[in-house]
Amino acid sequence: MAFIELSGVCKGYGREPRTPVLENVDLAIERGELVSIVGYSGAGKTTLVSLLAGLTLPDKGRVLVGGKPVTGPSPERGVVFQNYSLLPWLSVLENVQLAVDQVFPKLLPADRRARAMKFVEMVNLGQASGKRPRELSGGMRQRVSVARALAMEPEVLLLDEPFGALDALTRAVLQGELQRISQESGKTMLLITNDVDEGILLSDRIIPLGAGPRASLGPATIVDIERPRDRKALNHDPRFRAIRLGVLEYLLESGKQKRAEREAGAAQAASVDPAPSAPSEPAQIVEVSL
Amino acid sequence: MKSSLVDGLIKYLLLPMLGAGCVLLLWTVASSSVATSLPSPLKTWEVSKPYILSPWEKRGELDQGILHFTWYSLIRVAKGYALAIAVGTPIGLLLGMSKGFTDTFDPIIQVLRPVSPLAWLPLGLVLFHKPEPAGIFTIAMCSMWPTVMNTALGVRSIPQDYINVARVLKLSPYKTLVKVTIPAALPYMFTGFRLSLGIAWLVIVAAEMLTGAPGVGGFLWQEYNALIYEHIILCILTIGIVGFMLDRLMSLVERRFKTA
Repeated sequence: MAFIELSGVCKGYGREPRTPVLENVDLAIERGELVSIVGYSGAGKTTLVSLLAGLTLPDKGRVLVGGKPVTGPSPERGVVFQNYSLLPWLSVLENVQLAVDQVFPKLLPADRRARAMKFVEMVNLGQASGKRPRELSGGMRQRVSVARALAMEPEVLLLDEPFGALDALTRAVLQGELQRISQESGKTMLLITNDVDEGILLSDRIIPLGAGPRASLGPATIVDIERPRDRKALNHDPRFRAIRLGVLEYLLESGKQKRAEREAGAAQAASVDPAPSAPSEPAQIVEVSL
Repeated sequence: MKSSLVDGLIKYLLLPMLGAGCVLLLWTVASSSVATSLPSPLKTWEVSKPYILSPWEKRGELDQGILHFTWYSLIRVAKGYALAIAVGTPIGLLLGMSKGFTDTFDPIIQVLRPVSPLAWLPLGLVLFHKPEPAGIFTIAMCSMWPTVMNTALGVRSIPQDYINVARVLKLSPYKTLVKVTIPAALPYMFTGFRLSLGIAWLVIVAAEMLTGAPGVGGFLWQEYNALIYEHIILCILTIGIVGFMLDRLMSLVERRFKTA
């Protein structure tokens, strides 16, 4: 049995009839694996993370972590949120220490502080430990968020489009750091992203999430490229190109299908259903072929 | 650099003085033509001079320098205001955090909110039998609502992100309150505190007028009865200036707590 298991998970939002977001999602992640899920924005990627984190519960199906059903959030599943979610009135160190204090209440205050500092240094922010989030750049804020999640010593790290809001250069640097941290810690990680290249660069397995509504996962592809992976060299690697092509084709095809379905549906019953406006943005995904 | 200094002088000194001058002129004209019982600015100044030039003088219980009276009023406001904050903040937090609490108590709060200080004061006298606590009760009852409403709004507007952090970390309800809810709502709370202080100061005059307690409001009413109308104007100006300064002071504090 896999460490993380989702079977037949459905989730919708709003009142009845609920707007379906995810439908029949099946996913299995082994301990120590780094899996990335790539998909359209609005397809339900954040919903998927929320389900795993326990911030929301599925309408149907099961979410199991370590064989036990997820009934609520827990520090055992660390989350790196898309928009950093740092508390602006706390310094970098205090933001991380809030997590340490919570997860290791038995340690002495000095030890907790040292532990928090260790993780701040791990993301190369030792110099900025006393600064407030608003004094930091986006990349630095996301590092703090990563440090906070790691400091909880979670069994699983859930990363929800962690680098989505960053410029390309900062993104590349942080991807490198995440690669290092993942190799050093050997933690189970789930990376949600809309960047196919990022997904392939970092993960053991990459899975496309089809377009919404009623999104479900596509076939997984094993990324059998040796580590450490170099971004530049990767671009010329035929294995990399083959995986990327496969994932992109799946996503584009699923996007096209959903659009056709929507148009057919709209023609059939004009404005009966409050059409869930999941904007499919194939452009965003194609643009990554740098 | 130089032109910005000139601009600043014009904006913050010359134009406000021009405005005050206009009112002064209107006042002079009115007092010498249509409203002859209204003391002229010059007469007001002459009669008020001893109260302004020796503001701390205490010649008798009801004959004191203007700052002395102001001081009494400020003390009274401080007590009522402190009570308003102490009671209003927890109510606001509960309203913001609990839907059930809001459904239960919001209607009655909306009913009590628009009640005038003139209506609370007699009730205070009935309850406490003495003017001093009745005045403080009145100030508290009238001034706590902005604190209540803004604190509730602040708690309701906490970004979901912060709440998710608290949930993932499994913070206890108390820790969530202290580490997340209150810091996140603080900017709103301070807006409430500032508005509450304004109302507390507004109410003081009414409270003192009805109870005859020594203070700016009490002095105003007493001088009306003594037919010294110049002092009414002195009191009005004092109340206005003090109120303005309190508001400035609070907005300075408020700005300090505006987090990014």
